Amino acid sequence: MPDNIPILSIITFIPLIAALVLMVTARLSKPEGRAQIERNAPMVALWTSLFVFVLALLLTFSFDRSTADFQFVEEANWINEGIKYRMGVDGISVLFILLTAFLTPLCILGSWKSVKKRMLDYMVAFLILETLMIGVFCALDLVLFYLFFEAVLVPMFIIIGVWGGKNRIYASYKFFLYTLLGSVLMLAAMLWIYYYSGTQLGAPTTNIETLINELKIPGGPQIWLWLAFFASFAVKMPMWPVHTWLPDAHVEAPTAGSVILAGILLKLGGYGLLRFSIPLFPEASVSLAPLVFWMSVIAIIYTSLVAYRQHDMKKLSAYSSVAHMGFVTMGIFAMNVQGVQGAIFQMLSHGVISGALFFCVGVIYDRMHTREISFYGGLAKRMPVFAAIFMLFTMANVGLPGTSGFVGEILTMVGAYQVNPWIAFGAAFGMILSAVYALHLFRETVFGEVTNEKLNDITDMNARELWVLTPLVIMTLVLGVYPSLITDITAVSVDNLITNFNAANLAAVGG
Amino acid sequence: MYTILVFAPLVGALIAGLFGRKIGDVAAQSVTTALLILSALLSWAALVQVGFGHTETDVPLLRWFDVGDMKANWALQIDTLTAVMLVVITSVSALVHIYSWGYMSHDDGKARFFSYLSLFTFAMLMLVTSDNFIQMFFGWEGVGLASYLLIGFWYKKPTANAAAIKAFVTNRVGDVGLALGVMTVFLVFGSVKFDVVFAQVADKKDLMLPFLGMEFHAIELIAALLFVGAMGKSAQFFLHVWLPDAMEGPTPVSALIHAATMVTAGVFLVCRAYPIFEAAPITSGFITVMGALTAFFAATVALVQNDIKRVIAYSTCSQLGYMFFAAGLGLYNAAMFHLFTHAFFKALLFLCAGSVIHALHHQQDMRKMGGTYKLIPLTYIFMIIGTLAITGVGIPGTKIGFAGFFSKDVIIEGAYAAANGGLYSPAMLAFTAGLLAALMTSFYSWRLIFLTFHGKHRGEPDVLKHAHESPPVMMVPLIMLAIGAVFAGMYFYKHFIGDYASAFWAHSIPVDNAYSGTGLPPGLAESASHSADAAAHGGDHGEAKGDHGDDHGGGHHDFPTWVIWSPFIAMLAGFIVAWFMYMFKDGAAKRTAASVRGEGGVLYKFLLNKWYVDELYEMIFVKPARKIGDIFWKIGDQKLIDGLGPNGFAAMASGAAKRISKFQSGYLFHYALVMLVGVAAIIALVFTAVGS
Repeated sequence: MPDNIPILSIITFIPLIAALVLMVTARLSKPEGRAQIERNAPMVALWTSLFVFVLALLLTFSFDRSTADFQFVEEANWINEGIKYRMGVDGISVLFILLTAFLTPLCILGSWKSVKKRMLDYMVAFLILETLMIGVFCALDLVLFYLFFEAVLVPMFIIIGVWGGKNRIYASYKFFLYTLLGSVLMLAAMLWIYYYSGTQLGAPTTNIETLINELKIPGGPQIWLWLAFFASFAVKMPMWPVHTWLPDAHVEAPTAGSVILAGILLKLGGYGLLRFSIPLFPEASVSLAPLVFWMSVIAIIYTSLVAYRQHDMKKLSAYSSVAHMGFVTMGIFAMNVQGVQGAIFQMLSHGVISGALFFCVGVIYDRMHTREISFYGGLAKRMPVFAAIFMLFTMANVGLPGTSGFVGEILTMVGAYQVNPWIAFGAAFGMILSAVYALHLFRETVFGEVTNEKLNDITDMNARELWVLTPLVIMTLVLGVYPSLITDITAVSVDNLITNFNAANLAAVGG
Repeated sequence: MYTILVFAPLVGALIAGLFGRKIGDVAAQSVTTALLILSALLSWAALVQVGFGHTETDVPLLRWFDVGDMKANWALQIDTLTAVMLVVITSVSALVHIYSWGYMSHDDGKARFFSYLSLFTFAMLMLVTSDNFIQMFFGWEGVGLASYLLIGFWYKKPTANAAAIKAFVTNRVGDVGLALGVMTVFLVFGSVKFDVVFAQVADKKDLMLPFLGMEFHAIELIAALLFVGAMGKSAQFFLHVWLPDAMEGPTPVSALIHAATMVTAGVFLVCRAYPIFEAAPITSGFITVMGALTAFFAATVALVQNDIKRVIAYSTCSQLGYMFFAAGLGLYNAAMFHLFTHAFFKALLFLCAGSVIHALHHQQDMRKMGGTYKLIPLTYIFMIIGTLAITGVGIPGTKIGFAGFFSKDVIIEGAYAAANGGLYSPAMLAFTAGLLAALMTSFYSWRLIFLTFHGKHRGEPDVLKHAHESPPVMMVPLIMLAIGAVFAGMYFYKHFIGDYASAFWAHSIPVDNAYSGTGLPPGLAESASHSADAAAHGGDHGEAKGDHGDDHGGGHHDFPTWVIWSPFIAMLAGFIVAWFMYMFKDGAAKRTAASVRGEGGVLYKFLLNKWYVDELYEMIFVKPARKIGDIFWKIGDQKLIDGLGPNGFAAMASGAAKRISKFQSGYLFHYALVMLVGVAAIIALVFTAVGS
C-alpha cells in the first residue's frame, strides 16, 4: 500500500460520509424520493460496511508485523501544537479495527428484517457507530481518543433508546449514568497529564506516543491517575461491581445493538487498559494488579452463578460476557506474554462468539418475540440447523478446545498462574460454572419435547440468517485451530509493551 | 498413513453431520462406517509397525499455540502405547458402527448418530496421538463433548438431558484439574511437549512450589492435578457419578465410550505421563488407594442394581479401579493389558446387553426379564463368553484362560508382590480390594446372566412372544469381540506383560520383566516392589530414597500358591453364591419380587442407592450453587449494587426520573446529536483554553 494514502482516516470516516449522504439526501428529497432512500438505506449501509471491511483486510495484510512501532501514522493540525489529529495502529489495535469492520456488515445484514421502524435512521446510527469505534482504535492522541471513546456511546444510546424494548429508557439511563461517572474522572486525569507533560517535556502534549515514551510520572500521582482511567475502563469492560448496566442494556437493545455492544464496545475498556494504564502508569499497574485480579475472579465466579439463575436469554448471555471479560482483565494484569496475548485473543474471540450468541438469540426472538427461556424447549426438532449452530457457539462460549474460546481462556489462565495460582484456580472454577449455565440454557431451549404449541410452526434459519452466522462459525473454528493468525500479528507489540513495562518498573525500583 | 488413520473419522463425521439429510441415512451410515473400518485396519498395521517393527514417529501437522515459550503443535506421535490405544479405539468403534446399523435401525436420527460416533472417535484419536499436553486436552474435552452429545442423543428424554449435562459438568471438574496440571507443567518445565517435559523430570525432583497457600513438591503437585483429570474421565470414586447415568444414551454408545475407550483415557494419561508419576510417590500411593477404593465401591453397588446396563456400568467403574491401582503401583504394562482385554469383553457385554434390550423392546430392568436364553441363544452364548472373560476364568498356573484371566490376575498378583509382605501399604489394600472385587465381579456378572436368561420370565408375557434374535449385522460385531474376549489374553500376554514386553513397549512405558510362565512374572514383581516401596514410604522421602538401592537388586519374589489361586477361588465363590441365590429354589423370582416391593435391609438400601453419593452432591453442590446464584443476583446485583448505585442516585435526584421520562424516542436522536457536538465542543474549549 502506498505510503501517502491516509488509509486509517479513510477507513474511519467512510461510514460517516455514507451516513451523512444518506441523511442529507433523505432530508432534501421529496416524500416519494425519501421513501425510496429509506428502502435502499440498508443496501447502501451494507455495501459501505463491506467496502470498509475490504479496506480493513488490506490494512491488516499490509501491516508490518515485525515492528512494534505505530504504522500508517497520520498527523494533521487540529486544536493546537500539543493536541493534534494523529492516527496510527500497532499490533494491539489493528485487529480490533478488523473485528469492527467484520462485525458491522453482519449487524446490518442481521437487522434486515427485524427492524420495523425508521430504517434509515437506524442505518445512519450504525454507520456513525462504526466510524467512532474504528476511530477509538486508530487515535494516537489522547483528546482524539477521548472524543471517539465517549462519542461512541451516543449512537449506542440512541440505538437502545429508539429501537429498544419496553424498559429502554431505564436501560439507557443506567448505561449513561455509569459511563458518565467514569468519563468525568478520566477527563480530569487527562487534563492533569496534559499540564504535567507541559512541565516535564517543555510543551504540553496529548500525543500518545510521546507520552508513553517520554513522560515519567511519579509513583504517587500514578495511583490516582490509574484509578481515574480505571474507573472509565472498568465500567466499559464491565467489571464487577460496575457491571449491572450491561444486562439491562442488552435486554433492551435490538439484536444488532447487542452484538456491537458485546462484540466491540466491551473491548474498549480492555483496549484502554493496554493502551494507557499499563504503559503510562506501570508502577501503579503493579501495585494495583491484585485489586484487578480479585475483581476479575469475583466477576468470573459471581456472574457465572448469576447467569445460571437467569430467566431471560439475553441476560444470561450478558452475565456470561461479564465473566468472560474477567479473563481479559486477569490476563492483562498478569503482564506476561501469555497473559496479555491471551487477553487480546480473548477479546477478539469473545467479540465473535458473543456476537454470534446474540445473533442466535435474535433468530428465535424475531420469530417468537420473547426471550423468556421457559417459553422455549424442543427447538432441536423444529430447527435442526439452528440447534447445530447454537450448540457450536455454546461450546465455544464454554471454552471447548478447538474453538477460539479455549485459546483465550487457557492463555490468560496460564498467564495468571505464573503470577498468582489462586487467581488461576478461581478462574478455572469459572470453567465449570460456564458449562453449567451454558448447557442449562441449551437444554431448556433446544432439547426436550416441544411443550409450547406456539412453537409448532417455528421455522428454521433462513438463508440471510445463515449468511450472517456462517462467517462467525468459520472464524470461531479457524481461530480455535490456528490462533497464530492473531498471535503472530500481536506478538511484537505485546513483547514491546511488556519489555517497556518491566524496564519502567525496574527503573522505579532502582531509582 | 497416520494422518489418514486419524482424520478419516473426522471426515466421516463432517459428511454425515453436515450433509446427512441431503445424502440420506444409508449413505451417511456407509461413509462413516467405511472410513472407520479403514481407520481400524490402518491401526492394526500401525501396531504391527510400531509394536513389532519399532518405528516410532512424531509428525507435526500445524502450529497451534505459539505464544512466548508456550508452543504446541497439532501433531501425531505414534509409539507402542499410542498404537495399542489406536487399535482399541478404532476396532471397537468400527464394530460399534456396524452394530448400530441394526440397533438404531428404527431411529430417525441415524445420520446424526453416526456423525457423533465418528466425531467421538476422532477426538479420542487426537487424545492418544498427541505429543503435547495441550492437544491431549483438546482430545480430552472433545471426547467429553461427544459423550455429552451421545448421552443426550435422545434429546426429548429429560433424563437423558440431565445425564448428559451431569456427565459434561462432572468431567469438567476433572478437566479443570487437568488444566491446572498442564499449567503447572508449563510453569515448572517451560514447555508442554511430552518429551521435553519428561526429560527434565529428574532435574526438578526437589523443586518446591507454592500453591493455594501451601508448599508442594512440584512434581507431586503436577501428578496430583493430572490425576484429578484422570479421575473425572475414568469415573473414579468422587467423580464417578456421571458414568451410571450415562447409560441413558443408546447402548452402542455405552459400549464404545463408557466401556472401551473414553473412560480409559485416564489410565492412558497416567501411563503416558509415567515419568511424572514415577517421580511422585505420594500421588502414586494415592492413585493406588483411589483405584482400590473404586474397584471395591463400584463392585458393591453393582451387586444390587436392577438395570442391566447399570450393572455393567458399575462393573466398568470397578475394572477401571483395577487399572488405576495397577498404574499407581507402577505396573503400567499390566494396567494397559487390562485396558486392552477389558475393551473387548466389556464392549461385548454391553453390546450383548443391547441385543437383549433390543429383543425385549427396550426393557432394561432385569427384574422383568428371565427365561430368555432359548429365544436369543446366540446372544446368550456371547454373554456367557463375556462373563467368563470378565470374571477371569482360566486354569491357574497355566497359560490357558479367557482374556480377563491374564490381565486381572496379573494385577492382583502384582499388587501382592508390590506389598512385599507389608500389611499396611497401599499395595496390600489394593490386593485385598482386588480380591474382594473379583469375588463380587463374579457374583454380579453371574447374577446378571441368571436374572436375564434363566428362570421364568417375569415381565409381560407378550414381550416374550415378540422376542427375537438380533439381525446378523448386530451379530458380526459380537463374534469379533467374542474372539477378542477369548483369545486376546492368550495371544498378547507375551507382548504386553511377558517375554517380549520390553521390546514391545520400547520406551513408551517402563517394563523390566519377563513372564516366566506360572504365577507372577518375576520381573513384574521386581518393578512392582520397586515402585510400591516408593509409594509405601511416600510419607518420608529421604528414607525411601535410601532404601531404594538395596531393594532394587532383590530380584525374583516367591510368593505362596494361595496368592496364585486366590483370584480363581474368589471367582468360583462368587459364581456359587450367585447360583445359590438366583438359581436355587426359585431364588430369582423371590428376590426380584421383594426388590419390586421395596424391601431390603439397611445395607441393601445403602448399596441400591449407590452409597447416597448423588444425594450428598445434590445437597452440598447443586442446591447451594442455585441458592448462591440467586443471592448474588437478587441481593448483590439488584439490592446492593443497583440500590446504592443508579437507582439510589435516581431517587436522590428526585426530578431526574421525571425528566428522563420526557425522553421521547423521537427527540432522543436529536438530543444525542447535540450531546455529541457538545462533548466535542467542551473538550475543544477546555484544551484551547489550557493550551493558549
